[in-house]
Amino acid sequence: MQMLRKYYYGDYGEGKNGAADISTSGKSNHEWPLWEVFIRSKQGLDHKHAGSLHAADATMAIENARDVYTRRMEGVSIWVVESKHIHASNPEEAASLYDPANDKVYRHPTFYDLPDELKHM
Amino acid sequence: MKNELIDFTLYLADNALIIGHRNSEWCGHGPVLEQDIAITNISLDLIGQARNFYQYAAQLINEENTEAKATEDTLAYLRDGWDFKNSLLTEHPNGDWAQTITRQFFFSVYQYYLYQQLQNCSNEQIAAIAIKALKEVTYHVKWSSEWMIRLGDGTEESNSRLKKAIDNLWMFTGELFDLSAYESVIYSAWNIDNDKIKNEWESKVKGILEEATLEIPVNATWHQSGGKTGTHSEHLGFLLAEMQSLQRAYPGNEW
Repeated sequence: MQMLRKYYYGDYGEGKNGAADISTSGKSNHEWPLWEVFIRSKQGLDHKHAGSLHAADATMAIENARDVYTRRMEGVSIWVVESKHIHASNPEEAASLYDPANDKVYRHPTFYDLPDELKHM
Repeated sequence: MKNELIDFTLYLADNALIIGHRNSEWCGHGPVLEQDIAITNISLDLIGQARNFYQYAAQLINEENTEAKATEDTLAYLRDGWDFKNSLLTEHPNGDWAQTITRQFFFSVYQYYLYQQLQNCSNEQIAAIAIKALKEVTYHVKWSSEWMIRLGDGTEESNSRLKKAIDNLWMFTGELFDLSAYESVIYSAWNIDNDKIKNEWESKVKGILEEATLEIPVNATWHQSGGKTGTHSEHLGFLLAEMQSLQRAYPGNEW
């Protein structure tokens, strides 16, 4: 029986070569490659994933990102990376990858009682 | 001098509004979503510049004639074709993407070097608008230059379309440097160097065209003119009919 698989945004799995399928599938050679866009906001220290877009090259991708994602003063810095260069974990392995961390409470600093003499922790 | 200043301010405003409106016709029709947004952004930049110039022009007109009651809206929506002073290049129809890009490139490079000088002129209002607009225009030059190179140095088809666009539009570029009576007065009063603008424009355009594996049309010295003094091509009438229809049908209507 075919199991229903639920994909979340960004879940492609290694087998599918990510979102780059769109541009490398031969049939749609005229499509520009897909790029992932990361924006750093004025207050932020890190670049956050903002979304994706199509562009012919990196320069165009940055300009498109500027037009699509920073029109309302969202950012002060832009990173772009072609989607095919992003490797994603396989959602089917989620159980073996993430569940084992569930019962390892001692990995959290709050698990330990600190002696009163210890300050500045 | 006051009348020439009004005319020159309207010339700057009309140029920006008309090419801005032309670009806005791409909204929802762009070749890809990202470029649809890019060209619409450029439209908004230009219409924003037009608003600043119209507001200043309206102020000057009302100072001259207290009965005039001019506003940015009456100047944009209630004047007729012969009142508009925009250069013929800006009203030229969009055609294909190559023609729109070429029109924007020729115009933005002109705007860039003109505003470079206006930002230091003795009229504080115009200088302030030029300084603000230069940031936008710098991007328009970069964006359109890259498209010129991409299309010219691209496929056989993109190259031939761009070549055709350049041949079509070249005869409208000369007018940009043909000084009208009001420009002559303003340029000499503000020490604006038209020859410098023209030379800088030519060398920038030549450089980008070379990178795009193209050339400036040879033996194309004759050019069209008339827009600056209100003699327009038939295209402007259709543009105004669409742009002004709402205010003409429902005067004073607001969103």
